[in-house]
Amino acid sequence: MNKLAKPVMVLASILLVSLFFLPMWNITLLAPQYPDGVEMHIYINKIGGSSPGTLQNVNILNHYIGMKKIEPDSIPELKYMPSIIVFFIVFGLLTAVLNKKWLFATWFIAFTLVLCIGLYDFYLWEYDYGHSLDANAPMKFDDESFQPPLIGRKVILNFVAISMPHIGGYLVALSLSLSAVAFWLSTKNTKIIAS
Amino acid sequence: MKFILTSNLYTMRSQTRIFVLALAIMIGGLIYFNGCQTGAKQAAGGALSADAASAVYVAPGEYDEFYGFMSGGFSGQVSVYGIPSGRLLKVIPVFSQDAEKGYGYNEETKPLLNTSFGFIPWDDAHHPELSQTKGETDGRWLFINGNNTPRIARIDLTTFETAEIIEIPNSGGNHSSPFTTENTEYVVAGTRFGVPYPQKDVEIASYAENFKGMLTYVKVGAEGEMDIAFQVLLPAFDYDLAHSGKGNSHGWTFFTSYNTEQKHNLLEVNASQNDKDFIAAVNWKKAEEYIAQGKFKEMPANYCVNRYSESTHMATSETKKTVKVLIPEECPGLVYFLPTPKSPHGVDVDPTGEYIIGNGKLSADLTVHSFTNMIKAIDNKDFETTIAGVPVLKYESVIGGTVVKPGLGPLHTEFDNNGNAYTTFFISSEVVKWKLGTWEVLDRIPTYYSVGHLMIPGGDSRKPDGKYLIALNKITKDRYLPTGPEMNHSAQLYDISGDKMKLLLDFPTIGEPHYAQGIAASKIVSKSKKIYPIEENKHPYRALGEKETKVVREGNVVHVYMTTIRSHFAPDNIEGIKVGDKVYFHVTNLEQDFDVPHGFAVQGAQNAELLIMPGQTETMYWEPQREGVFPFYCTDFCSALHQEMQGYVRVSGKSSNLPLKWSLGEPES
Repeated sequence: MNKLAKPVMVLASILLVSLFFLPMWNITLLAPQYPDGVEMHIYINKIGGSSPGTLQNVNILNHYIGMKKIEPDSIPELKYMPSIIVFFIVFGLLTAVLNKKWLFATWFIAFTLVLCIGLYDFYLWEYDYGHSLDANAPMKFDDESFQPPLIGRKVILNFVAISMPHIGGYLVALSLSLSAVAFWLSTKNTKIIAS
Repeated sequence: MKFILTSNLYTMRSQTRIFVLALAIMIGGLIYFNGCQTGAKQAAGGALSADAASAVYVAPGEYDEFYGFMSGGFSGQVSVYGIPSGRLLKVIPVFSQDAEKGYGYNEETKPLLNTSFGFIPWDDAHHPELSQTKGETDGRWLFINGNNTPRIARIDLTTFETAEIIEIPNSGGNHSSPFTTENTEYVVAGTRFGVPYPQKDVEIASYAENFKGMLTYVKVGAEGEMDIAFQVLLPAFDYDLAHSGKGNSHGWTFFTSYNTEQKHNLLEVNASQNDKDFIAAVNWKKAEEYIAQGKFKEMPANYCVNRYSESTHMATSETKKTVKVLIPEECPGLVYFLPTPKSPHGVDVDPTGEYIIGNGKLSADLTVHSFTNMIKAIDNKDFETTIAGVPVLKYESVIGGTVVKPGLGPLHTEFDNNGNAYTTFFISSEVVKWKLGTWEVLDRIPTYYSVGHLMIPGGDSRKPDGKYLIALNKITKDRYLPTGPEMNHSAQLYDISGDKMKLLLDFPTIGEPHYAQGIAASKIVSKSKKIYPIEENKHPYRALGEKETKVVREGNVVHVYMTTIRSHFAPDNIEGIKVGDKVYFHVTNLEQDFDVPHGFAVQGAQNAELLIMPGQTETMYWEPQREGVFPFYCTDFCSALHQEMQGYVRVSGKSSNLPLKWSLGEPES
């Protein structure tokens, strides 16, 4: 077994710690009267933005068309996501310590699954916000969906909405890639490398 | 003239032909003269070619290079312009109530206008002065004097709002103010009108005996807070303008004076008799020593210090009752008089701190004193005489140079960064550029018309930005489309980056800008606040969310804790108010987005609207006079549903038992 598998797996796990400080996803709204854009940052445990007032500002914009208020307190994912990440950090470190091929594989597959479910869940939330509109909304647009894109850009009324991973999201991708590398290394025969 | 007229009449009677000829010449002359005038004007306009237009053109969405802060004069305010475009960016209310912003009308800002005479909703604002660090403008604060009820205001340049106003006691006309020292240790004040000291009921004719002239040093703290450090008791001359030393002369302040004759009537004649008046040179570092040694007199005084707190969003007014006074007889070396021809107006210190320019407004020449010579004269005791304990230095010993016959009526001088000085001439209506040290005149350019102050960004600091010069004129006449008898004063912008000054732009200003200050925009832009963080709001009547809104009765006083957010008030229906109640609407703007203020107006309010910035709380006082249901609404177009941002307050009879009730309607479903 390759000696490098351990440190690479440790690095993959440690990278996930960044999620407690860095946003994973970014939804930017652009319109002429918002020259700086409105940037909503999605963390594993909170929703922030480019300014402390961002969430309130987004909610104010959304209320004209009757979208639900985004209230972080009522989003359960923000409560249990941190535990899942902690789990993967500990699991990853254990994997590195125990140094078993199947553990590397399990970590990689489990984390990939969690990420896929996470993205799907994110899509469901976006769908819900975009479609469950208040019947009493001041402005009504029949046959319009206000669902922001999962990834990419979309014109929503006077705004251009851009949804992309933020730095935390890229670090997750890196972590996942590193875990794959660690698995691959773990399958290599150290003897060959030593000789 | 009379003789000529009579002789003309005589000629007319006797020789009709010659009269007709003379008339023809006169008419011809008039036509020619008018033609010349038009020609001259066209030439002035024609000199402005396309390059002048492009020099002041700031493309849409682009920013100006400099902020220009102009005093509003009798408007009592400060107007902020972009330079070089001449675009008006903001009017900052300072000494005058401003209905547009609710300033001086809402309960929070009223205390800023408090004085020992009570609430004074107006003043005459003359000289804006930027704070400095190491003699360079630093973009922290802008100070400005109130002349009529002597005051100094401080404007916070992160918010462009008046943060503080301090009253100057024992003063009558705070004109030579609020010029700063090199590190904004102090801003100064000096009385333009001699007044009895202490103020008392005496014969005006007892001027020389009972009247005094007080100079004041206002200490500026680390957060900008002002307090009177000490006053210097001097003879009752009229202390006109001031500037503090810099570099070598740091530690001194120079005040011009006129009416050294100490007259009290027909001053235009009586105060213009002395061949020389004085520049008072005050050694404020020496003053600090005397204060530390306790060589001051603690004298009774009566003045207000009014401070606005950004955390409570409220001003408070405090009355102070004593002031430390230094008396030159008891404090040798504190003050010297520099004889200066003739009724000097502005006193300006060059960027090196060596030259002190006395703009003798009735003098044919421009007098320049040398700081080095002044110190030598003091060391050598080259005194002409002593007045009230103040040595008068010999003119010949302090003079550093003279600009010979540069123009008529010199008023003010500013500097560029290449050793040149620019002086305004009121009577000959021009700006004259001359060289420091050689005293030769290099260039001159007309102003339209009768220029008072001039401003070069940083032009009274150690680091001038010698790119633009603005002439602030007293007379407008035909410069713009006529607007009836009253017109805004005109300002001209000149390019001074080359050898010759070039006129670029002419624009109207607000009130009467006396002095102005300019600063590179980069020193301010990044510090400019966009909102007030709501969680930092400590207003005693704040409502930091709609859940905190309520209406509370205390006897006949009713407090309405109200919030605004796009696009509604909470509450928007209020009942149980009675005729004769004293109602306070405390409106908190819950917005946290840049440039989303909300307004508040209610029918029958005898003050002005509120204009509440994001995160701020402001209070309107309202006395309902009649029974009925009265609307209130948002006055600042805030959103697509601004017109819907409205509510009602029901007013019942005095004896009504209707309980207080308030609500924000749930959408009907």
